[in-house]
Amino acid sequence: MSVLVWLIPVSLLLGFAGLAAFWWSLKSGQYEDLDGAAERVLFDEEDRPKQNGKR
Amino acid sequence: MTAAAREEVLLASRALGGGARQVTFSVPDMKCGGCMTRIEKALSALDGVEEARVNLTLKRVTVRWHGETPPLLEAVRGLGFAAHLGEAQEEKKDETFSRLVRALAVAGFAAANIMGLSVSVWSGAGEEARNLFHWISAGIALPALAYAGRIFFASAWEALRHGRTNMDVPISIGVLMAFGLSLYDTATGGPHAYFDASITLLFFLLIGRTLDHVMRERARGAVKGLARLAVRGAYVLEQDGAKRYAPLEDIKPGMVLLVPVGERVPVDGTVLSGASDLDCSLVTGESAPRKAEEGSTLQAGTLNLTGPLTMRADAGAQDSFLARMMQLMEAAETGRARYRRIADRVSRAYAPVVHLAAFLTFAGWMLAKGDVHDAVTYAVAVLIITCPCALGLAVPMVQVMAARRLFDQGIMVKDGAALERLTEVDHAVFDKTGTLTCGTPRLRDPAGYDPAHLASAAALGAHSAHPFSRALAEAGGGRAPAFKVLREIPGCGMEAEAGGATYRLGRPGWASAESLSGLEAGASCVILSKNGARLATFFFDDPLRPGAQSAVAALTEQGIGIEVLSGDRQGAVAALARHLGLAAFKAGMMPDQKIAHVERLTAAGHKVLMVGDGLNDAPALSAAHVSMAPASAADIGRNAADFVFLHGNLEAVPQALHVSRKAARLVRQNFAIALLYNAVAMPMAVLGLVTPLIAALAMSLSSIIVVANALRLTAAKPRPSSPGPEAPLPAPRLIAGAAE
Repeated sequence: MSVLVWLIPVSLLLGFAGLAAFWWSLKSGQYEDLDGAAERVLFDEEDRPKQNGKR
Repeated sequence: MTAAAREEVLLASRALGGGARQVTFSVPDMKCGGCMTRIEKALSALDGVEEARVNLTLKRVTVRWHGETPPLLEAVRGLGFAAHLGEAQEEKKDETFSRLVRALAVAGFAAANIMGLSVSVWSGAGEEARNLFHWISAGIALPALAYAGRIFFASAWEALRHGRTNMDVPISIGVLMAFGLSLYDTATGGPHAYFDASITLLFFLLIGRTLDHVMRERARGAVKGLARLAVRGAYVLEQDGAKRYAPLEDIKPGMVLLVPVGERVPVDGTVLSGASDLDCSLVTGESAPRKAEEGSTLQAGTLNLTGPLTMRADAGAQDSFLARMMQLMEAAETGRARYRRIADRVSRAYAPVVHLAAFLTFAGWMLAKGDVHDAVTYAVAVLIITCPCALGLAVPMVQVMAARRLFDQGIMVKDGAALERLTEVDHAVFDKTGTLTCGTPRLRDPAGYDPAHLASAAALGAHSAHPFSRALAEAGGGRAPAFKVLREIPGCGMEAEAGGATYRLGRPGWASAESLSGLEAGASCVILSKNGARLATFFFDDPLRPGAQSAVAALTEQGIGIEVLSGDRQGAVAALARHLGLAAFKAGMMPDQKIAHVERLTAAGHKVLMVGDGLNDAPALSAAHVSMAPASAADIGRNAADFVFLHGNLEAVPQALHVSRKAARLVRQNFAIALLYNAVAMPMAVLGLVTPLIAALAMSLSSIIVVANALRLTAAKPRPSSPGPEAPLPAPRLIAGAAE
């Protein structure tokens, strides 16, 4: 029983971390051009996602 | 012309501050990473460009630059891609989508965690652990419900405030009641909590809603990416002789405007000087180009083909032909708004039944046992188990699948409700020029002419932008005399010299003074003459759009009445109608007559499908029960239509009808499944046999069945079931001019 005191917060925390990561990826525009991202990996140029969060 | 294009880029762009500007345009032909990097490199190499970024999914390019506008479109076109400027204001991001996805993420997170805790409870956690788990679940569920449920609550509230109900009303009531009761039970240490049920329900429904939105936006995006036909501005000739490019809104009556070759007339006006031919097909539906000279009136939207014109604006942009069409459209749109979606109609019958059942359960248990808490628990169980999870997915899932299948066939559906409306159609109204026909003339029977004459005409025609000349250039070939001093006389034709003789290719009467007997006035023909003596008379017709004949046949077979409404001359329309075997046609129709006709049909109880492409069709497109337009249609027509087909084949009409009918069948099946499920589950809930575990299982199962049934729409082979796309026959020729 006492182990739950640790396990439940840990599991929730991990869940939150996942949610936050998804949220961040959404905000930074990583889902805006899925086809393009798949192709860009094949080229040697600059391949970071777009930086300005305005769009 | 390139200067005008650059001015248009400037007008379509927006300032980012610090002298930087940004513009987005669509490049629909981009296919792969190679295209992407080529375009990005070419654009980045231009002077002043700071960043060029391709979005391959949306097939758009966003460019940021400093200082003077670089020749962006030219650079992309130079690589062999088509590039179209989009709407200036469409820059803003799709807010609804990110809200839906964020809500979906939150609901998914909460559902997974609560479900994990619930499983431990169901597997027999001790009372202490159970209470703890319930409290944790409540702590997760409350913010998740507040965030993800907002979308449903807001829509339900909006409906209730206006005295209506929709699908979101029973959903909201069910979710909130389940949450409220669970919270009470948690506080009092009760054994059952329905947190998992209420959050999972939200999660499932959000999936359906998000997919629906994605599909619709994809279709809209594809339509937005099409070439823009309306002009953004025009060259104004100032009194001191200076030229200035002004946006359309700034054009006032009385201003003197220049219309270069290949541009569309910006506002209604009168020609001050110059002569040219005008392509009116998109505006009035006339297939033959019209001559313009000093004093002729010009309608906004017509395309200037052969000579530059100077015109006086007689109306501002807001009083022009285009604006009048917009007003007609707005007036006509009320009819379609009255349509109630099938899901809302079902929920109107469904919600009272469910709520009555819940209430009767409560009353029954009160009478039988007299325990308020138990009675409320069972009543809430009824609400949860019947909560239209399956119903909420039944319609959107099928429509998403149908829209996807149509998308793959090049048919864009802009709205799920359009699919529902299409199934009700019993009368189809077609426009002629540009819809049933291609809208571009073709030489009739090229083999019937003297090859030498045809070669000469083709050589002359190759130097002109006039549609007849282009048709000749396309049809002809071979050895031609060496023409010198080629010049185009706008409004008349081409003139050239070869071997001391003067050749002319153009209008009868100008090319040769010989009178032509047996020709209908305004017939589509061009004369080739040598020193004024006629060598050959070339006739043109407007070929049928591919698939026109089979589309008409397929629709007729399904008992749909077909009619042709055209702004073109009686003779041309009659010839086409006869060719297609249609008895009902009307020629010389003005835009308001088209609307009036559609409205008359609607008043007679018909559900009208309107298919049209021109500016003059746009009001009728919005007046009809449901409407379709080809990708080549005028901008406002494309925006007004519910369906836009990209491949130019008219078989898209029966195809869309077929898919929409199939979708309607699947929706009915899904409703039947949901009803069946309710018929089994509801008695159990009324009798108080439903525990949270059973509720969760039953709900998920019914949703999965409904979704799986919807997937059958794409699983079916797309082709053979659709009404026979025949072997690609050469487009049937049609005599559109001097047939009679």
